[in-house]
Amino acid sequence: MNRQEIIDRIQGKVSSLIAGTSQGIDYPVVYVNKEHLIEFMKFLKEDEELSFDLISDVTAVDYPDRNPRFDVVYHIFSIKNGQRIRVKVPVGDGEGVESVTSVWRGAEWLEREVYDMFGITFYNHPDLRRILMEEDFKYYPLRKDFPLEGIEE
Amino acid sequence: MGIEKNLANLGIVTTCLDKVLNWSRKNSLWPMTFGLACCALEMMVTVSARHDIARFGAEVYRGSPRQADLLIVPGTLTKKMLPMVLRLYEQMPEPKWVIAYGNCACTGGVFRTYNVVQGIDQYIPVDVYMAGCPPKPESLLTAIMMLRDKIDKESLKNRG
Ligand code: SF4
Repeated sequence: MNRQEIIDRIQGKVSSLIAGTSQGIDYPVVYVNKEHLIEFMKFLKEDEELSFDLISDVTAVDYPDRNPRFDVVYHIFSIKNGQRIRVKVPVGDGEGVESVTSVWRGAEWLEREVYDMFGITFYNHPDLRRILMEEDFKYYPLRKDFPLEGIEE
Repeated sequence: MGIEKNLANLGIVTTCLDKVLNWSRKNSLWPMTFGLACCALEMMVTVSARHDIARFGAEVYRGSPRQADLLIVPGTLTKKMLPMVLRLYEQMPEPKWVIAYGNCACTGGVFRTYNVVQGIDQYIPVDVYMAGCPPKPESLLTAIMMLRDKIDKESLKNRG
């Protein structure tokens, strides 16, 4: 399967769940709204041809001047096809998205890292705690407005 | 000379207690097996045959802080790691010494950031600072020799 075939397959099957697609510079990108996230992710994993069965990264991007402010970005790999896909979900400040741990158990620590660094909540996550910073740390250091040298207490 | 000659014949040497204790302490520094970041690799090399830290009696890296009297802090100390380091230090019996190994342990080094401790000396007393990123094994030997000199000048009055 090449990039175009992946996009065609997604558009053919679940066009109602997605908000847009693009070729991306390295692999296909799909934009999804958070209401449809879990349904769409289940499709990606369970579809026989796509079979995206390995979550390789969850991260986020902060656009301070945009509303909604963040994009949560999922990178998923298909062992069967040797292909990757990127899924982007816009999230506002102080909001959250449904956790994808019900689809891929391996997303647990990846989502904890996004929570730790950006302050994005993941609903129904089995153990949502900070993972890199101390537990009593009050800030979210990968947000653009956080100073590199930290905030004096 | 009168009485001292007779004592020597009996196999007795007179000296002061400080001297004997310091002599034994400085020749058997037992460091703790402990590493934090890149600097730790250079510290391990110092134990190898080429640099041979055993010449100074400091090769017995102990697996438990309760058996060690030298804490070498080698590498970047994050704030998350700090409580563990303090706990290890507090478990070491007196007398104990600390070497801050490398720029990171001395000042935070290149990591002037929110998550790195800007110098271990903010939390525990440091005896010898070693600059370098990372310092060569030779620097650790120099630091050990400086520490030996320092131990030599210590007195029971000040340190138990
Ligand atoms: S001083 Fe340099 S080599 Fe040592 S821990 Fe820091 S960055 Fe690594």
